[in-house]
Amino acid sequence: MADDLAVELEGITKRFPGVVANSDIHLAVRTGEVHAVCGENGAGKSTLMKILYGMLHPDEGTIKVNGEPVRFRNPSDAIKVGVGMVHQHFMLADNLSVLENIVLGAEGLHGIGAKARKRVAELAKRTGLTADLDIALEYLGVADRQRVEIVKVLYRGARIVILDEPTAVLVPQEVDDLFDTVRQMRGDGFTFIFISHKLDEVRTIADSITVIRRGTTVGTADPKTTSSRQLAEMMVGSELPSPETRESTVTDKAVLTVSGLRLEEAGSARAVLDDIGLVVHSGEVLGIAGVEGNGQTELVETIMGMRRGSAGTVTLDGKDITKLGTLARREAGIGYVAEDRTRHGLLLTQPLWANRVLGYQTRKPVSRGQWLDIAGARQDTQRIVDAYDVRTPGIDVAAAALSGGNQQKLVVGRELSGDPKLLIASHPTRGVDVGAQALIWEHIRRARADGLAVLLISADLDELIGLSDRIVVMLRGRLVSEEDPATVTAEDLGSAMTGSAAREAS
Amino acid sequence: MKTTLRGKLLPPALAILFSVLLCTIALLISGDNPLDAFGAMLGQLFRGTTAIDTLNSGAVYYLAGLAVAIGFQMNLFNIGVEGQYRFAAVIAAIVGGGTVLPPVLHTLLIIIVAVLAGALYALVPALLKVYRGVSEVISTIMLNAIAIGLIAYLVSTDAFGVQIGNNIATKPIPESGWMPGIPFGEGGTLFGFVFVAALVGIGYWVLLNRTRFGFELRASGESPTAATAGGVDARKMILTAMLLSGGVAGLTALPELLGRDHEYLQTSPAGYGFAGIAVALLGRNHPGGIALGAVLWAFLDKSAVSLDNVGVPQEITTIMQGAIVLSVVIAYEIVRRMELAAEQRRVGRQLGRDTSDVAAGGSV
Repeated sequence: MADDLAVELEGITKRFPGVVANSDIHLAVRTGEVHAVCGENGAGKSTLMKILYGMLHPDEGTIKVNGEPVRFRNPSDAIKVGVGMVHQHFMLADNLSVLENIVLGAEGLHGIGAKARKRVAELAKRTGLTADLDIALEYLGVADRQRVEIVKVLYRGARIVILDEPTAVLVPQEVDDLFDTVRQMRGDGFTFIFISHKLDEVRTIADSITVIRRGTTVGTADPKTTSSRQLAEMMVGSELPSPETRESTVTDKAVLTVSGLRLEEAGSARAVLDDIGLVVHSGEVLGIAGVEGNGQTELVETIMGMRRGSAGTVTLDGKDITKLGTLARREAGIGYVAEDRTRHGLLLTQPLWANRVLGYQTRKPVSRGQWLDIAGARQDTQRIVDAYDVRTPGIDVAAAALSGGNQQKLVVGRELSGDPKLLIASHPTRGVDVGAQALIWEHIRRARADGLAVLLISADLDELIGLSDRIVVMLRGRLVSEEDPATVTAEDLGSAMTGSAAREAS
Repeated sequence: MKTTLRGKLLPPALAILFSVLLCTIALLISGDNPLDAFGAMLGQLFRGTTAIDTLNSGAVYYLAGLAVAIGFQMNLFNIGVEGQYRFAAVIAAIVGGGTVLPPVLHTLLIIIVAVLAGALYALVPALLKVYRGVSEVISTIMLNAIAIGLIAYLVSTDAFGVQIGNNIATKPIPESGWMPGIPFGEGGTLFGFVFVAALVGIGYWVLLNRTRFGFELRASGESPTAATAGGVDARKMILTAMLLSGGVAGLTALPELLGRDHEYLQTSPAGYGFAGIAVALLGRNHPGGIALGAVLWAFLDKSAVSLDNVGVPQEITTIMQGAIVLSVVIAYEIVRRMELAAEQRRVGRQLGRDTSDVAAGGSV
């Protein structure tokens, strides 16, 4: 019975107000397998999964679940036939208990009493969720929260589980645990559809792979016989630029010097940053590794002058900038690629050329004193659009109309203009497709070769290792160790990040 | 984002249509003939001084609307335009009535005093917001109430007021401080300040679209987080925006003060500041839109009298004003979403054409 198809999508087409629609997609998932769906960001994976989960309706094409044609009006219809989805961004209530989170909205199944508890406990055991069912969700770590989401889906009777980028929030060890659970459940007859663009992971866990490019399926691959590189080329549709390491361009000229930096949480004496000291040299990329929430965001924002440290100094190119505001720091030569481009990097409803002005409103070529130079801003925006291959019909469209990758190319182009001395790049390629990623890396490398100092924060360990000249690990607001990217592995970094190498009592 | 002409004109047109419908229903329920009522409203424009009066009080609403719109640009809700303009009017009237200067200079002095007084009254909520985090909505509303008491005191005979007949008012401004208007004989006199208001409108547009300050103001309004990351000092922006808003609010009463009343009476009209909020909403913070909104508002105001003359309850104009504001807000939002989606589709189509055949498959 291994060849029974759990899910079969045929000729799915979705016309959609966005850059990529789905066009004639074919997907066949066998019962009891882990089927990966790969593709660049913006290739249409999310759209496809939303269609399969009943959140969107296809304009053309048929969906069959367990051989039966179905038509979903909403996610409840999908759940009725056993299709469930674990979203990338968890949809959980912090102040409710684990049990309540799972039962919420499905009270009709087993009530809210002992019967429900028994069923949840059973599923928790199966998925490796060890947390107490009665503690509030806010005390759970990311990996446990994800398990709660999975139990939630199973509790509603799903046999086919869609996992949308499940590993994006996990450290390597947690990823392994998750994969163990998935394998075990596959043995119990569950079917998984695994959305990811992390090719190594896909090859580890998947039984078969479908690749999507520009909204349509380009083919299926066998993970045992296909290399990551071949997969990536299927996704991009061309030969990849080689990510080989290049010779060092590090000089001994210190550009950014941070010493004794301390930041306290508003309203308490708890240190978010504790005695941070680091130096970034001209021509050097310093990578900061760490599980999110260990102070990286705060460190960047303190260096940018968006937060005020309570102690310590920040020096740029020999000049003390500790007391300066954000604008003065930018004028002194800091470029800043913020971790969340839609919140910190762009004015979404404004045209691209107005976004070029943001952060540069006092400098040529986009302004003259108190007056904006609109012609200059437009010209320079056009330059960025050309040089960074920003795919847009023009510079008058709103930033919101571009896909994430193109938005990010615009941001990187802007922050590298005006000859910065230091670039702070927070997750510069997060949520960006492989093509844009290669281009952004290339531009950062080129600027580095010209003597730019780069402070790189990333959750993508391959990116950190591939791009950095040195890596420091951040844990609970401190810099705990330094690693050499030439020798360190992702697993080593993962241990250092979680503090498992020298675990403290906490 | 560039809004198309259709996107600009459709919402207000829909809103006016909707409110006419609503008023028709209200009139039918109250047993009046809607055609008579609307006929009287339109007919008034060709009789007496209504047309000129509409423009004159349109200028007042325009200035109030601009003052509110400056705050709206960065999501500051300056509800205090009411208190600011009345406070400024009293101070300007007192200073104007108490000084002797040659013409033009005298008028200029009054204008400058009004701007400064308006800004000063807005400084209080601005400082409270910047240094203590007090919501400007709360503080300006309370300051409106304080302004009433303050004005009553300033205009009383204990302070600067003088008894003229049955009324108590500030000392009249001598003729050197007036601003001459353009007489239309039977049709009334157009205030000279109407042109000043137009100039302020142009200045507002230039400030917003051509200067660094305007850019930072709009950036702060659209995304405070992105503005901060872009080096915009939020505190400075709040302070400057509030002061500017208060300064323009200070001008609100001047068309009438310099062109007609020449003194501030205890019974001088109030409520322009609140009307300014509605006008700014109607005009979508755009100087041209605010101008249209202000004139429309003034026209509806004037209609109250004409409706009374044909025996229709004048409250119908209030219903109409309310209905227009509510429906215009909704209509703009709907059209804005439609346009954003249309733009995304357009971008998608144009890109699809040069890069792949997806769009061809997707847009059949």
